[in-house]
Amino acid sequence: MSDLPKPEDFAPKTYRPGSTDWMDVPAEIRKGIACYAGNPKSLEAVGLPNPRTWSCFDEDWQLPENWQQIIHEGFKERLEKFRSFKVFMDICVRCGACADKCHFFIGTGDPKNMPVLRAELIRSVYRNDFTKVGKILGRLGGARPMTIDVLKEWWSYLFQCTECRRCSVFCPYGIDTAEITMMGRELLNLLGLNIDWIATPVANCNRTGNHLGIQPHAFKDMLDFFVDDIEEITGIHVDPQYNKVGADILFITPSGDVFADPGTYTCMGYLLLFHFLKEKYGLDVTWSTYASEGGNFGSFTSHEMMKRLNAKMYREAQRLGVKWIIGGECGHMWRVITQYMDTMNGPADFMETPVNPITGTRFEHAKSTKMIHITEFTADLIKHGKLDLDPGRNDNLRVTFHDSCNPSRGMGLLEEPRYVIKNVCNEFYDMPANTIREQTFCCGSGSGLNAGEDMELRMAGGMPRANAVKYVHEKHDVNTLATICAIDRAALPDLMSYWVPEVEVYGVHEMVGNALIMPNEQERTTDLRGEPLPGMEEADE
Amino acid sequence: MPTVEFGGKSFTVDEDGFIDDYTNWNQEWVQYVKKEEGIDELNDEHQKVITVLREYYEKNGIAPMVRVLSKVTGFKLKHIYELFPSGPGKGACKMAGLPKPTGCV
Repeated sequence: MSDLPKPEDFAPKTYRPGSTDWMDVPAEIRKGIACYAGNPKSLEAVGLPNPRTWSCFDEDWQLPENWQQIIHEGFKERLEKFRSFKVFMDICVRCGACADKCHFFIGTGDPKNMPVLRAELIRSVYRNDFTKVGKILGRLGGARPMTIDVLKEWWSYLFQCTECRRCSVFCPYGIDTAEITMMGRELLNLLGLNIDWIATPVANCNRTGNHLGIQPHAFKDMLDFFVDDIEEITGIHVDPQYNKVGADILFITPSGDVFADPGTYTCMGYLLLFHFLKEKYGLDVTWSTYASEGGNFGSFTSHEMMKRLNAKMYREAQRLGVKWIIGGECGHMWRVITQYMDTMNGPADFMETPVNPITGTRFEHAKSTKMIHITEFTADLIKHGKLDLDPGRNDNLRVTFHDSCNPSRGMGLLEEPRYVIKNVCNEFYDMPANTIREQTFCCGSGSGLNAGEDMELRMAGGMPRANAVKYVHEKHDVNTLATICAIDRAALPDLMSYWVPEVEVYGVHEMVGNALIMPNEQERTTDLRGEPLPGMEEADE
Repeated sequence: MPTVEFGGKSFTVDEDGFIDDYTNWNQEWVQYVKKEEGIDELNDEHQKVITVLREYYEKNGIAPMVRVLSKVTGFKLKHIYELFPSGPGKGACKMAGLPKPTGCV
């Protein structure tokens, strides 16, 4: 992060827009805030249009000759297909309630990062191409034709939006600005204008079942590694099942959890929990080396791609004949499942409405998708007193919780993760009310923007979140930021080391794994990271 | 894609300077990354990291997770950073000719 400005130089000098009309201010596409172009091999692999080597920093983006026609027709098709899109184009009164709610606007001060203006970039073309007022009044009516500069502006600002939907919470009309970004990105994809941090995970997922391109034998190899580590720490040999036909429950988590720290410790937490439940209650859970990804970078590309990648989870559930699915600590997966799955690949009638066989709890809200979030499952177990927990083993952690955008705003999961944390940790402190729950501030790196080359943008967009963490760090000595999303676990460590270096990032089920007392376990001296447990520091030396 | 010349060889690289194809890797590439990384002397420990990375990649088609690299080589993460200042991904994987991982990482 050596090219980054220092934290103290970061805050925007002003939030006041300049005097030039926004239509006359061209987008500045520069290093530090822009992502690299999609690798043509990845585009080709999934049949995305116009695969070629290009760079957003070049003048010539190597577009097809009829690119304006492609955008116009793609726009028209989507207005007809998605009523929400048409409504969102028409009903905004530009009241500005959303303007200062976006973390990218707060972090950069760039007026085009106000959600209202970001959407206006697209609306202005909509008015020009599809409304009478726009056709007659032109610029006076807020309309402008699609030009190469407008296209570049779209690209720049649609990839400075994490589709987090904080703005939509404040919109009096309920406009979902994230869906406008999604539509915009879908149109850009018609011209091959994706970024590599999205395009390559999509291609990998299509090929191997997960974003990282982990093949089945490697997937098992990685889990085996955790199994060995767990045995060293607890003396218990956990024995995960893979691709088991006839298992009761299929478990699917983001591949980041099996590959990247600190998600790998969360993964060890899942393994411990499932082993505990198998030993004590005979719970029959299987992992899949094919449906080995909960996340869906297709949703950052197009509806069609989202549907394609989502389908594999349900195909696998059908093939294995499981009753229902538990999904891991993932973010955008839950927006896809909760808001699109039902009409996209569902309803999944070949499965049963999830019922926790240990407690009898019926998860009625998942009767269409047949998938529940693991914190719902664990919270239910704790509520019924089914887990043996020693929260004292997490006493070195003073915890706050970052509501991941999609589980909170996309599925309303607010209470369960907190309930779990409060039962496995003794010290919990929420951040200020306007920065959590449905008003949570994004990590600044969601929707595929968690690349390395746009670090300045990520640190700017993550600043509001980091500020709230800093507040509880200073007030309550918080040293642990818990989260339930793999992008968070990948992105927040960078954000913390930049803004609040005293704070470490944890998954919720890592803390569950620390606290969970396994039947016949040896006396533990370390946590899942191999660090001495509270009170065991001397034993380590 | 940009190309770099080193030791009489030519390499195609991506925006972050990773080699385009694992099979185009050779000793000149190692020397090139050594210079880029500002490493004074390549010792047996550097060599061990590179060998472990390449063997794992050949078997699994992906770089090993950091914890595996650490366990197999016996080097703590801090020591890997001492060997490769840019870290296991941008330093060691680059020198070993592996592509950079993408996704929730």
